[in-house]
Amino acid sequence: MTFDLGVIWRNLPFLIGQGFLGFGSFAGGTLRLAIPAIVLGFILGIFVGLGRLAPQAWIRIPATVYVELFRGVPLVMVIFWMWFILPMVLQTAIPEFGVALAAFVIFEAAYLGEIVRAGIQSVPRGQVEAATALGLSGGQTTRHVVLPQALKNMIPSLVTQFIVLFKDTSLASIIGFMDLTKAAQVVNNREIRPFELYLFIAVVYWACTYSMSRYARYLESRLGPA
Amino acid sequence: MTYRFDWSVLWTGQSGRWLLSGLLTTLALSACAWILAAILGVVSGALRTMPYRSLRAAATAYVEFFRNVPILVWMFFWYFAVPPLLPRGVQDWLFAHGLEFWAAVGALGVYSGARFSEVLRSGIQSIPRTQLEASVASGLTVAQAYRYVILPIAFRLIIPPGTSESLNLLKNSSVALTISVAELIFQTRQIETYTAKAIEALTAGTLIYLVLCLSISSILSWVERRTAIPGLITGGRRRR
Repeated sequence: MTFDLGVIWRNLPFLIGQGFLGFGSFAGGTLRLAIPAIVLGFILGIFVGLGRLAPQAWIRIPATVYVELFRGVPLVMVIFWMWFILPMVLQTAIPEFGVALAAFVIFEAAYLGEIVRAGIQSVPRGQVEAATALGLSGGQTTRHVVLPQALKNMIPSLVTQFIVLFKDTSLASIIGFMDLTKAAQVVNNREIRPFELYLFIAVVYWACTYSMSRYARYLESRLGPA
Repeated sequence: MTYRFDWSVLWTGQSGRWLLSGLLTTLALSACAWILAAILGVVSGALRTMPYRSLRAAATAYVEFFRNVPILVWMFFWYFAVPPLLPRGVQDWLFAHGLEFWAAVGALGVYSGARFSEVLRSGIQSIPRTQLEASVASGLTVAQAYRYVILPIAFRLIIPPGTSESLNLLKNSSVALTISVAELIFQTRQIETYTAKAIEALTAGTLIYLVLCLSISSILSWVERRTAIPGLITGGRRRR
């Protein structure tokens, strides 16, 4: 068996353009899925994390159940759930992108919620008391005092979780979303060059995640223990 | 909603047998991959903290490359790309004994080994450096110091993060369905295909995973309490 890099070169526009970035005739793109999934997952995660710390039991208990439920099942299972449930509930066909995005946001919000909770718990209690003493309401305290400090403490673990999410987007290919992994599969079906193709996309994923993790380490050293 | 629930699909026909065989495949795959991952993780995690530069670099390269690439890509890589590179005899054995299962063991084991390695490394690094220095000063070689002093302490310290990594391994084993290993989610899909009852089938699979994860984590937290080292922060947790 010979090693043939030409196969990468010939299919580069498809692999990178369609698979990685999402420009082309198919619904796809690793980045096109990863970026909204990270943003929306984080927003939902903030609510989940706040919910876990809520003094009212009717908020806290559902939030806890949510986190424990989704952390106890594989992401593949959640993707299939969305695949069957979403069209049923919404009474209409949902494209792969919508199914995958919903699955990632819901699944990752459980993990991001735990990070948010840990970040909030790392803010000294005196900060909340001081804000209350100054006359801020509960919501104002959370928004202007607790969250800004908590966010700073969360950044390293957040970046780590974003890396996990970025890698997890490859699972969207299971339901036919044309991401980088699916694009490599499609090219491989035609070229039968699994070694070169899968190693190539491994390197692409690695380059993205490794640079993100270097950045996390840099942030960690720059921000220091707050 | 026009969906009509029919939970009886779970205990009529083949469903029970499928779910059981899926569960057993998931457990077998996870156990084999766990053993491989533990060996790789212990060796590379220990090497990453040892005072030998070239061994450290090799272990770091392994960890950084394998853990930063999605498990799905590794599944395809081990299933499609690796077998043609193997010697003829090994190939024949693999084709006769379920290639997809062993490819999944390889992918999951090597990937999780890199993640276990990070857990062990941070465990070793949380042990004061003086332990190693004292062991070497009392006449042990570095390898003996790791074998008799450092690793026994580190193993007890890493039970909580090791538990969550082991559960990650169990959950990641589901990705093996992409290379047609008949594990739990694969069998769940099979029930869905035969009965068209998606919600019932997925509920059964989800509950099995939840029970598995909860029971493993409670067993390991019992082990953690039993093996806690008195006087260390983790050892004192139970009294607080």
